[in-house]
Amino acid sequence: MTPQADDELWSAIADPSRRQVLDLIVSNGAVSASWLAGRVPFSRQAVSKHLVVLERTRLISRRKQGREVLYQVEADRLDQATRAMAELAAQWDQRLTAIKRLAEVAYAEEKKRCHP
Amino acid sequence: MPGLVIDRDILIDAPVEVVWRTVTEPEQMSQWFADRVDLVVEPGARGYMSFGDQGGPVVVETVDPPTRFSFRWNHPRDEDPVVGNSMLVEFTLTPEGDERTRLRVVESGHELCGWPEAEKQRYADEHNEGWLDYLNRLAALLAGHRSG
Repeated sequence: MTPQADDELWSAIADPSRRQVLDLIVSNGAVSASWLAGRVPFSRQAVSKHLVVLERTRLISRRKQGREVLYQVEADRLDQATRAMAELAAQWDQRLTAIKRLAEVAYAEEKKRCHP
Repeated sequence: MPGLVIDRDILIDAPVEVVWRTVTEPEQMSQWFADRVDLVVEPGARGYMSFGDQGGPVVVETVDPPTRFSFRWNHPRDEDPVVGNSMLVEFTLTPEGDERTRLRVVESGHELCGWPEAEKQRYADEHNEGWLDYLNRLAALLAGHRSG
């Protein structure tokens, strides 16, 4: 069967606001929730919720620095997600290519039969 | 919250009827898809696809010759494939002239299956260039960030 999709992970990155948060973390390294809140068009509360979801899927992790909590991307997990997605896409590309080949051969043979 | 969406397409040098047969006839399917396909192409029909020593049940959803064919799969074996526990695979065939066909496949994740058609289309459109590109872009950003 197809590789089982990691539902929680795909759901996590399906949300456009959450992507925005993840984008900012990836581009800026370790950042705090309040830093993020200053750069997105939604509330600090919403940022916190997105961070919880991203952390649960292990796309990001937190560490304490002094009194601040900083969030950073988990590069391996991100790589893993990218590979899984690329694999699924490649699998469908292979199938589509096979369909193309079969259909084109069938059509060529059909034409030969009709116009020998 | 929607799940995974894969959206791919290809241009085929054959009329839509020929492509339709290739996509839907079980003996053709076994050449591009599973090793063995036991399936009646009728809405609601249950079938089985084997992949080597693995395999799983399939349930046909839409059969609208020669343009739309869809089925659900990847649901737990002892459950009925319903919204929320299966993946939906949708083929759309669009004629481009008399001798060419655009074949598009969308495989959508669990939650998305239950959405109203219009919502689903909007979501798919929004994410058409999304998924893989987005992840690749993040990976590139990350690489730049690490080296810089």
